[in-house]
Amino acid sequence: MDILRFITCGSVDDGKSTLIGRLLYDSDSVSLDVLATLEKKRTATNSTDVDLALLTDGLKAEREQGITIDVAHKYFTTPRRKFIITDAPGHVQYTRNMVTGASNADLAIVLVDARQGVIEQTRRHTLLASLLGIRHFVLAVNKLDLVGYDEAVFQKIVADYQAIAGQLKLAHVQAIPLSALHGDNIVRRSKHITWYAGPSLLEHLESVPVATDANPHEPRFQVQYVIRPQTEELPDYRGYAGRIQSGTYRAGDKVRIWPSGLETVLEAIEVNQQAVPTAEAPLGVVLRLRDDIDISRGDTIVPIAAHPAVVRELEATLCWMDERPLRAGRKLLVQHHAAVVKAAVTTILQKTNIETFESVGTDEAKLNDIVRVRLKTASPLVADEYRQNRDTGAFILVDEQTGATLAAGLIAATDPEYFTQEVAAEPAFSI
Amino acid sequence: MDYLDRLEAEAIHILREVAGQFERPALLFSGGKDSIALTRLAEKAFRPGKFPFPLVHIDTGHNFEEIIRYRDDLAARLGEKLIVRKVEDTIRARGLREPGGKYPSRNPLQTYTLLDVIEEFEFDACIGGARRDEEKARAKERIFSVRDDFGQWDPKRQRPELWNIYNGRIQKGENVRVFPISNWTELDVWNYIQREKIELPEIYFSHERQCVVLPSGQLLGLSEHLNLDDTDEIVQRRVRFRTVGDSTCTAAVESDAASIDDIIQDLLLAKVSERGATRLDDNLSETGMEDRKRNGYF
Repeated sequence: MDILRFITCGSVDDGKSTLIGRLLYDSDSVSLDVLATLEKKRTATNSTDVDLALLTDGLKAEREQGITIDVAHKYFTTPRRKFIITDAPGHVQYTRNMVTGASNADLAIVLVDARQGVIEQTRRHTLLASLLGIRHFVLAVNKLDLVGYDEAVFQKIVADYQAIAGQLKLAHVQAIPLSALHGDNIVRRSKHITWYAGPSLLEHLESVPVATDANPHEPRFQVQYVIRPQTEELPDYRGYAGRIQSGTYRAGDKVRIWPSGLETVLEAIEVNQQAVPTAEAPLGVVLRLRDDIDISRGDTIVPIAAHPAVVRELEATLCWMDERPLRAGRKLLVQHHAAVVKAAVTTILQKTNIETFESVGTDEAKLNDIVRVRLKTASPLVADEYRQNRDTGAFILVDEQTGATLAAGLIAATDPEYFTQEVAAEPAFSI
Repeated sequence: MDYLDRLEAEAIHILREVAGQFERPALLFSGGKDSIALTRLAEKAFRPGKFPFPLVHIDTGHNFEEIIRYRDDLAARLGEKLIVRKVEDTIRARGLREPGGKYPSRNPLQTYTLLDVIEEFEFDACIGGARRDEEKARAKERIFSVRDDFGQWDPKRQRPELWNIYNGRIQKGENVRVFPISNWTELDVWNYIQREKIELPEIYFSHERQCVVLPSGQLLGLSEHLNLDDTDEIVQRRVRFRTVGDSTCTAAVESDAASIDDIIQDLLLAKVSERGATRLDDNLSETGMEDRKRNGYF
């Protein structure tokens, strides 16, 4: 059994809470005491159906109290898969939450109200999800019961969405007509939608291939922590603990340490104190090296055949998440997983209009803006482009004083040859 | 890779980030199954080295004695440092009022002891075994959750947590709560305990116990800390505990589950009955409630 992480996007009125509620309810993922509560509320309000939106009413309480709407996580399991739902609110002012949710997702469900069709939000959500490297999209056309389960309505929306999908070069889009309220095509196939022969939402979620299953990337491993027991039995033991970020490692391989460039041999790979011949992402391991080299947290160990870019200047797409706008010249920290380096944003190259997808010139990034920038770092960064490697191509920007997370960063170019020459010459994202 | 391997890898990664980012972390150990699972994950993250943090137990003084025994055995077996601070001492030092009532719980007072121990040892990060599936507010908390001087969580000012990049940079006075098993469910934890053959305190398994029947019908293990009177009904039942906290506020469930396999079956059974209930035209029937009681689910 594997894990699928997915994000749900759509505005409040699209029936997102009901959709998630229905998914949990129809897949028997709601515990009995919660069901009893729902039933009690149903009786109290004298309605015929339980209100499934109550299953995600953490959000409702948030709204009532007027606090910032935030990402919530829900969990359910079927015999096929374990699912982690990231429920991200989609209003434009919550773009940063949407980006946060999308950063960890394999799939995005983009909800559309059948009566409204594709709206600005649909475009925005799809752009952000695709920017963050999500490869699987579900166009969930909801509330079909309110348009008489009319196929023409569905087809019109699918055609409109195909235009967006084409523009963003989305790889996999599954369009599903459904009614979350009545449970049509959520878990079970709909009795009302006879003209649709495709899978129900859950059937699709259970069968879509998980991106992490394929592991075609070059090997990357970053040191998180150095294990040195210094005991009588193990006076000289030195193990580099970390996570394999991508690819496969083999004991006995020649490896290079970056950014120093020193070479040695991978003597052993240990998992739970047992030596293993090979290990692959995303396993946490301890690497032991033949030579005693100065290696510390944040250093990268790769087989010598692998060639990560080791750079002090790069271009990146940022989703700016701070109230205070970013201006060129700002000094901050780049946290690239376990590596933290001082950096400066030297140029703000362009900004993406998230409604039209066009790039426009700008000299600042405001809260929720998507911008392309050039960064200089004080010491070398071992980097990959985000479109090549979703793990090592990602970083965050941190305020050195307050520690606040200022931006999500996606490495766009590490080679000056591919740096952006002119403002608005190319899209600010490259997926 | 199995889903448990993935969850385990994520938790180990988070624990190592704590070790790498903080100077004085601590692992909050309650003696419950979640924090016991955390110690196993810490072994996998840091052996053959020592844990880069002590185990810290906030002792309410109302704990089950089996838990205290288990705690001391575990710390000795692991060879790790155990710090125990008692709520009783906090009550005395701070001049707090002992909780009253028939079932006096010191649970709310634990916070004071926790804040005191954080100050005493200047802990900058506290690892805990909380999970997001436990309740709604937790569903929104970050894995690295920054707390202010007063240990407060401000949901409005949470840092965005992107990818698996954990930002533990804090200012003086602040500290971070870290939840490595945020993405695990109750069943995941039990499956992990089974897979790893982790021994648990006896009270998790079915045993005979004298209990007080609460007005809600729940069973509370009889203990010297309760202030009972003539109206209370004392019964002898076969019970187990599903969670382990203060003995004065942790209810037992009737159960014959004598092994981890049995407990997992119990959890799964509760789901089957759910299924039965929900399949009746999506309306709940009375049997749902019956099954619930029969399976001892809360």
